[in-house]
Amino acid sequence: MKRLIAAIALLGALLAPMQVFAQDTMPPAPYAYQQLDDPALEAKAQDLMETLRCLKCQSQSIADSDAPMAGDMRHQVRSRILAGEEPEAIRAWLVERYGDYVSYKPEVSSTTWPLFAIPLVILLLVGLVLRRRMGKRA
Amino acid sequence: MNRWFWIPLAIFLLFVGLAGYQLTQPKNEFIESTMIGKPLPQFMLEAAAQDRPGLSSDYFKDGKPRLLNIWASWCIPCVAEAPHLESLRRQGAEITSVAIRDRPEDVARFLAAYGNPYSRIGADNLSEVQLGIGSSGVPETFVIDGQGIIRYQHIGDIRASDVPILMQKLREAGQ
Repeated sequence: MKRLIAAIALLGALLAPMQVFAQDTMPPAPYAYQQLDDPALEAKAQDLMETLRCLKCQSQSIADSDAPMAGDMRHQVRSRILAGEEPEAIRAWLVERYGDYVSYKPEVSSTTWPLFAIPLVILLLVGLVLRRRMGKRA
Repeated sequence: MNRWFWIPLAIFLLFVGLAGYQLTQPKNEFIESTMIGKPLPQFMLEAAAQDRPGLSSDYFKDGKPRLLNIWASWCIPCVAEAPHLESLRRQGAEITSVAIRDRPEDVARFLAAYGNPYSRIGADNLSEVQLGIGSSGVPETFVIDGQGIIRYQHIGDIRASDVPILMQKLREAGQ
């Protein structure tokens, strides 16, 4: 599997000799690619990182992305988890800075409630229509 | 055929129309910071260049409004905005800055090639200040008032037409 990934990466590197976006040459942040020693803490961090949006590559989570900024965000998440912060506090810290956009976790809020309410209303309507029709036939 | 027949079709066409309309609209990829009106987070950054001091959040609390430019030597639009930063400086703006994930020698090379409009340059090697103020890329420019409150965010490179806007925002922050 690793070899396959390496082969694909090599192919990609050969096919794309020029990067579209310039990137830095700095080494990644300490916890960008290094897991936490405690598996329980790492699992906590991983769960959170999978539900945070990479700001550079907006359709990926920071767990998925190799953008340097996503690496720096993973470093923030892991070092804060290591310092004893709760995952939801870290999410709140990011949402305070970037808005709901940075989080993939669905939240019921003043702007999103119709998304949750409309399917329920439609189901209710369908139920009513069905009951009327079935009632007529019986 | 009764009139109810048309309702699902109408709803379908409504969706097609909506999707078609949205497809023709340009997508806004900018993520605005939600830190406007809030104070800068506490930070203290080492100097990123030899002839300019580093940058700390305390520096912004002496009553003078300043610009805070988020940039990097590896950022290509930063080259494009360099002359406009210089004209902001000439018009009296103090431009502090944070260099993101940058090496001192690259910073020095960039400044030698494109000019140095900065009064201070902090080195943010972990993007900590960038994440702390809700910036999602380089370059971005923030107006910080004399109490260290973030007043305005400009996303992307500064064009000639943005210079008067930023000067205006800086004046407003000083009132």
